[in-house]
Amino acid sequence: MKNNELNIPELSLVALIGISGSGKSTFARKHFKDTEVVSSDRCRAMVSDDENNQAATGDAFDLLHFIASKRLKSGLLTVIDATNVQSESRASLTELARQFHCIPVAIVLDVPERICEDRNKKRSDRDFGSHVISQQRAQLKRSIRKLKDEGFRHIHVLRSVEEIESIEKIEREKLYNDKKEVTGPLDIIGDVHGCFIELFELLGTLGYVVRTEAEGNLRFEVTHPKGRRAVFVGDLVDRGPDSPGVLKLVMSMVKSGVAFCVPGNHDAKLLRYLNGKNVLVNHGLEKTVEQLSGESEQFKNELKDFLHGLVSHYVFDNGKLVVAHAGLREEMQGRGSGAVRSFCMYGETTGEIDEFGLPVRYNWALEYRGKAKVVYGHTPVPEAQWLNRTIDIDTGCVFGGKLTALRYPEEELVSVKAKAVYQIPARPIDFETQQNGLTHQHEHDDLLDIDDVTGKRIVTTRLRNSVTIKEENSIAALEVMSRFALNPKWLVYLPPTMSPSETSKAEGYLEHPAEAFNYFRSQGIEKVVCEEKHMGSRAVIVIGKDEETIRTRFGIDGEGLGVCYTRTGRNFFNDTALKKQFIASVHEALTQSGFWETLNTGWVCMDAELMPWSVKAQALLKDQYASVGTAAKIALDDVVSVLDETAKRNIEGMAHLLQRFSAKQEMVADYTKAYQHYCWPVTSADDLTLAPFHILATEGSVHVDKNHVWHMDTIKSICDADPGLFLMTNHRIVDVNNEVEVNDAVAWWTALTEQGGEGMVIKPYDFVAAGKKGLVQPAVKCRGREYLRIIYGPEYTASENLDRLRNRSLSGKRSLALREFALGVEGLERFVMKEPLRRVHECVFGVLALESEEVDPRL
Amino acid sequence: MLLTITTTHSPATDLGFLLHKHPDKLQSIELSHGHAHVFYPQAQEDRCTAAILLDIDAIGLVRNGGDRGSESFSLGQYVNDRPYVASSFMSVALSKAFSTAMNGKCANRPELVDVLMPFEVNISVVSAPKGGELLIRKLFEPLGYAVTVQGHTLDAQFSEWGQSKYFTVQLKATTKLKDLLSHLYVLIPVLDNEKHYWVSQHEVEKLLEKGQGWLGDHPEKEQITKRYLRNIAGLTRNALSRLVEGDDAPTNEENDEVDVEKEKLHTKRLKAVLGELMASGAKTVIDLGCGEGKLLKMLLKEKQFVRIVGTDVSHRTLEKAMQRINFYDLAPMQKERISLMQGALTYRDRRFDGFDAAAVVEVIEHLDLNRLKTFERVVFEFARPKTVVVTTPNREYNALFETLKAGDMRHTDHRFEWTRHEFEAWANGVCDRNRYEVQTKPLGDVVEGVGGPSQMAVFKLI
Repeated sequence: MKNNELNIPELSLVALIGISGSGKSTFARKHFKDTEVVSSDRCRAMVSDDENNQAATGDAFDLLHFIASKRLKSGLLTVIDATNVQSESRASLTELARQFHCIPVAIVLDVPERICEDRNKKRSDRDFGSHVISQQRAQLKRSIRKLKDEGFRHIHVLRSVEEIESIEKIEREKLYNDKKEVTGPLDIIGDVHGCFIELFELLGTLGYVVRTEAEGNLRFEVTHPKGRRAVFVGDLVDRGPDSPGVLKLVMSMVKSGVAFCVPGNHDAKLLRYLNGKNVLVNHGLEKTVEQLSGESEQFKNELKDFLHGLVSHYVFDNGKLVVAHAGLREEMQGRGSGAVRSFCMYGETTGEIDEFGLPVRYNWALEYRGKAKVVYGHTPVPEAQWLNRTIDIDTGCVFGGKLTALRYPEEELVSVKAKAVYQIPARPIDFETQQNGLTHQHEHDDLLDIDDVTGKRIVTTRLRNSVTIKEENSIAALEVMSRFALNPKWLVYLPPTMSPSETSKAEGYLEHPAEAFNYFRSQGIEKVVCEEKHMGSRAVIVIGKDEETIRTRFGIDGEGLGVCYTRTGRNFFNDTALKKQFIASVHEALTQSGFWETLNTGWVCMDAELMPWSVKAQALLKDQYASVGTAAKIALDDVVSVLDETAKRNIEGMAHLLQRFSAKQEMVADYTKAYQHYCWPVTSADDLTLAPFHILATEGSVHVDKNHVWHMDTIKSICDADPGLFLMTNHRIVDVNNEVEVNDAVAWWTALTEQGGEGMVIKPYDFVAAGKKGLVQPAVKCRGREYLRIIYGPEYTASENLDRLRNRSLSGKRSLALREFALGVEGLERFVMKEPLRRVHECVFGVLALESEEVDPRL
Repeated sequence: MLLTITTTHSPATDLGFLLHKHPDKLQSIELSHGHAHVFYPQAQEDRCTAAILLDIDAIGLVRNGGDRGSESFSLGQYVNDRPYVASSFMSVALSKAFSTAMNGKCANRPELVDVLMPFEVNISVVSAPKGGELLIRKLFEPLGYAVTVQGHTLDAQFSEWGQSKYFTVQLKATTKLKDLLSHLYVLIPVLDNEKHYWVSQHEVEKLLEKGQGWLGDHPEKEQITKRYLRNIAGLTRNALSRLVEGDDAPTNEENDEVDVEKEKLHTKRLKAVLGELMASGAKTVIDLGCGEGKLLKMLLKEKQFVRIVGTDVSHRTLEKAMQRINFYDLAPMQKERISLMQGALTYRDRRFDGFDAAAVVEVIEHLDLNRLKTFERVVFEFARPKTVVVTTPNREYNALFETLKAGDMRHTDHRFEWTRHEFEAWANGVCDRNRYEVQTKPLGDVVEGVGGPSQMAVFKLI
C-alpha cells in the first residue's frame, strides 16, 4: 500500500466512522460513486423532508439498512455515511455484512473536536450544541479500540485532517477467491486423503509431467505440456498411507502455479493440530500425525503456511465454475465470511445423526439453481454425477473406490482405481452395485418444482435474449401441461407457431407466394427453400435406438422406445396399439436407413406432419367441417331448385338471386372437396403417412446449424427405407432475386394448390437466419386458395368477403412465432447440453404458455 | 336457410294478402347479419307458395358480431352452419317479414285471419343436434302437424362418420296462418338449441306472447321453455379454450343415469371424507384438487379447522369455487381461515407443506398412470400431511350402471378406474415407500360382490 492509498476488498460494506463535521460526506464523495454511498442524512431527508430531523432517525435507519441490504445482495460495494460512533449502530452493520457474506470495513475519520465545531457552525442547519460533539468524540475514542473485536476485518484510522486529505485513492482489491480470469483448461481432482500412488498415477493419466528429485524441500516439479492446471478440492490428508507425499506434491504444484487448492475439513483440522490447538486426533488424523513425525521442522512450517494460506473456494472462468470442498450455495459464491468458509469446508447438516453415528448431511445441491457449475468433494459417492450443475467428485479413493478428476471445460471424468482399501468407511459406500438405476439428475428430475414454471417468467434464450411469459399464460399452461401432457421427460421440444405470408391484394387471393418472397427479400435473405405444406397434424417424434438409450439419456423407464406428441405436448394417439405400431415402424425405418450410425446417436427428435388430418381431427371434422358442408349442400340444392322454379315467373331481381345462390352452391362444393382431400380412414399404422421436415436434435447436436437442404437430404434416406409410411416433402431452392426462379416457384405453388394441396412453407435457406432487424421468421406459410375455404369459410372467395378478410394483422403472430422459435431451440440446446430437466421444461412450458396468447387462430 | 309455405286453399293466392307480401314481387328485408328474401315460387289459384330465403353474411357474423357474436363458439368461426340452417335467424326473419300475419292482422282482408287453411311447410334445413327426428316429431305432432323428416348423412364419402344433425322437414296441417307462424317462430330455435343473440328478460315476454293459446297445453312445454330461453353465452373465450384442441371440444358425453347417481354419491363421499378429516383431529387441512369447492364449504362450517386451503389445477374451476364459498363476502375472521390457489399435483409444491391433513377426492383417476408416481412423491414424500384421505371410483361397481358399456369409464377424462384390490395394492405400496399406514373403505351403498360405488383410503403418517 502506498502512503496515499487505502486498500479495501472489492465487495465490502464500508462503515465511515466520525463525529458530526469530521468530513465523512466529503470523503465519501471524493472516493466513491454517488450510488455507492448510503447516507443517514439523505435517508432522514427522504422519509421526513429534513436531513436533521432527529425524530425521523428510526425510520431513516430502516431505510438505510434496506438500501444497503439490496445492494449487498447484488454484490455491490456499499458505503455507510453515518457517524457510526456507537457500537450498537456498528453492530447492525457488521450483522448486515455477515448476512450477505461481505467483508465489513471501517474507515475512521478522527478529526479534532474544534475543527468539527467550526465546520458545524458554518452550516445554518446544524445547530446542535457542543456537548453533542464532545459526547460523540468520547464515543469515537472508545470505539477505535473495539473495532477489531466487533468483526471489522479491515480498519483504517485517519488521524488528522491532513491525513484524510492526503488520501488520493481507495484501491479496491479482488477477493482471494476471485480467479475469474482463469478460464482453464483445468483438471479438478477429488479428495486424495493421502493416496499418493493413485494421485501420482492420475496426474500421469491427465498428462502432467512430474519430475521427482527436483530441487528444494518438496522435491517435485510438475508441468503440463498443454498448460493445463490442476485444482484440488481439499482433504489432501488423513486416513491414507502417505499424506506427507501428497502434501509435498500438491504444495509444489501450488507453489509453481500449476495447481490451485481449496481447504477441506481434514486439512483445517491438521492446521489446528500443527498450531497446537486441542483437537481430537482421530478420523485418520492419527495416521497423518504419525507420518509427519519424521518430517523436518522446516517442512512443517512450510506446511503450516500453506494450509493457513488456503482460500475457502475459488470462482473460475468468469464466474462459470466454482470449486469448494463441500460445495457452495449460489448466494455464497465469490463472497467472504466465516459462514462461507465454514460451508465450504463442512457443508450443511440436518442436525440429525444417522445409524452409523455420523451427522446427516443436507444435500444443498438438490435445491441448487445457480448459473455457475460447482465442483466439490467431501462426501464419498460411488460415481461422480452431475446434479443441477453440481458434481461431487469424491469417489472414495481412500475407502477403496477411485480417485477422480473432472476435466474442465471438457467435463470428462478421469479416474484411477484405488490400489487398496486404506480405511473401512463408517458408513458403507456401495461401490459394487451396478448402476442400473437412473442417474441422480434423472431421479431428481422425476419431480419438477412448481416454482420453476408459475408466475411471470423471463427465459433467457440464445437466439433472442429474453422471452417473457406472462402470469396469465403460465396459469393456462399449467393446467394443460399437468392434465394432458406426456411425462415431461419426453417433452424436450414444442414447435413454434407459423405466420402466413402478408395478405395478397391479387384478385381472388388472400395469400400468394409473391408476398412471402417479398418478405424475405426485404429482410435481405437471398436464398430460400420452398417446401410443400402437408395437411395433417403437427407431430413431434422423440424416439430412441433402444429402451436402454431412453433410460440413460432421458431417464425414462418402461415407457417404450419413443413417443409421438402434438403441438401441445399430448400423446398423438389415444389408441395404444396404434401408437406402438407406429413407433415401431418409425424405429424400423430409422434403423434400416442407418440413421443411428450416420448421425452417431442413440435418439432423435423430429418435427413432422402426420396424415391424414382425420386421424387426429376426427371430432372437429365431423362436428364442424362435414356438418357445415352437409347443411350447406342440402339447403343450397333446395334453394337453387326453388329459385329455378321462381325464375320462370319473370320477377324482377330473381335472376340475380339465382346467380348469387348458384355461386354459393359451387363454393360449397369446392369447400367440401377441400376438406375431403385431407381425410381417409385409418385402421392401422399402415394407413398413416408421416412427412418429417426437421431433424431437430440428436446426441450432442441441435441441427439448427444446418441448412434445410441438409434436413431434407437426411430425411430422404429415412423415407427411402419405408416409402409406405414416410412421405418425402417436395421442395425447391429459390433465389428471391431471380425472377425466373420466383415465377417457377409461383407456378409450382399454383399447380400444387389447384390439385388440392394445402400450400407451401417458405424458409430461409439457413435454419436460423438473421436479417436487417434481427431474427427472421424461420418459416412463412402460403396457403392455397381452396385450402383457405376450410379456414375462412366456404364463401370467402366472394369478392365482398375477400375485401373484408384482407383486413388482418400479422404482427402479433409474427412476434409470437419468433418468441416460440427461440424458446423451442433453447429447450433443445439445453437438453443436448444435458442440463437439468427443469431448464428444458422451462422452455417447453414457455412455448405452451405463449400459445395461449390471444392471436387470430386463422393466421 | 329456406322455408316455404304452400297452401291449396281456394283461392290460394289469399296467402299473399295474409302475408302482406305481393306474390309477383321479390322483397328483401334487412337483418342484423344479412338479408331475408321473400318471393313466391308459384302463385296460382289452386296452389300458392311463399318462400323466405336467408342470405346470411358469414364473414360479417365473425367480423362485426355485434355485441356478443364473437363469444359464442359457433358464431366465432368462419366455417359455420348458421348461414345454411333455419335457426333463430329464421325466427327473426319470419317475425320481421311477416309481422302483421304473425300478429293476426290483415288490413285488406281481416276475415282471412281466422280461416283454417291447409298448409304445407318445407324447411331446409333444421339443425337438431340434441333430439333429432324424435324431438322434431315431439314438438310438432302435438300441434296437429303431419310431420315428414328426412335425415342426411354427414359425408357420403365417409359413411363411417354417420348421420348429420340436419334434417329436411315437411309439416302439413290445416290451421290458421298466424298460429303456424307462431309455432315456427318458437320451435325452430328450440330444435337448434342455440340462439344468435343474447337471451334477456325480453325473451321471456316474447315466448309468452308467441306461445299464447298453445304452449300451455303442449306436452313438451318444459323442454320448449328451457331450450327457448337457453343462455348460450358460453364461457368467455379465455386463454385456456384456445389451447383445447379440436378433438377435445367440450362435449358432455356422460349419460343421465350415471349423472344422477354421481350427484348423490358425491354428497355421501364428501360427508365420509369430512368425517375422516374431523376424526383425525386435524386443525389445518388442504383440499388437493378442490374442484368447485363443495368440500371446502363443508370444512368452513366446522370450527375445528383453523386453516383451510383449496387447490386446483384449473383456474376457472377455482373461480367457481370462490363463488361457491362466497369468498369475497366472507366475514374477515372466516376469510382468514381459507385460501385458494392454483396448483398441480404433478409438481413439487412447498405451499403444500405443513398441513395436518390433506383430502384428495376423486382426483387420482384424472392422472395418467405413469404420472401417479410423481403425485405420490408430491404428497407422501414431500408434503407429508399427518392424514391423507384419497377417494377414487371402484371399477367393479361399473357393471351396475346399466347404461355404461362394459369396459367404459364413468367420465371421459378418467385415465383409469381401479378395482378394490388394485386400489389397495397401490395404497399399500405408498405406505411401504413413505412410512404411512392405511385403511381402505367402501363409499356409498355396498353391493355384495362388487363393493361400494366409490372407495376411500385413509393414510396416517407413522
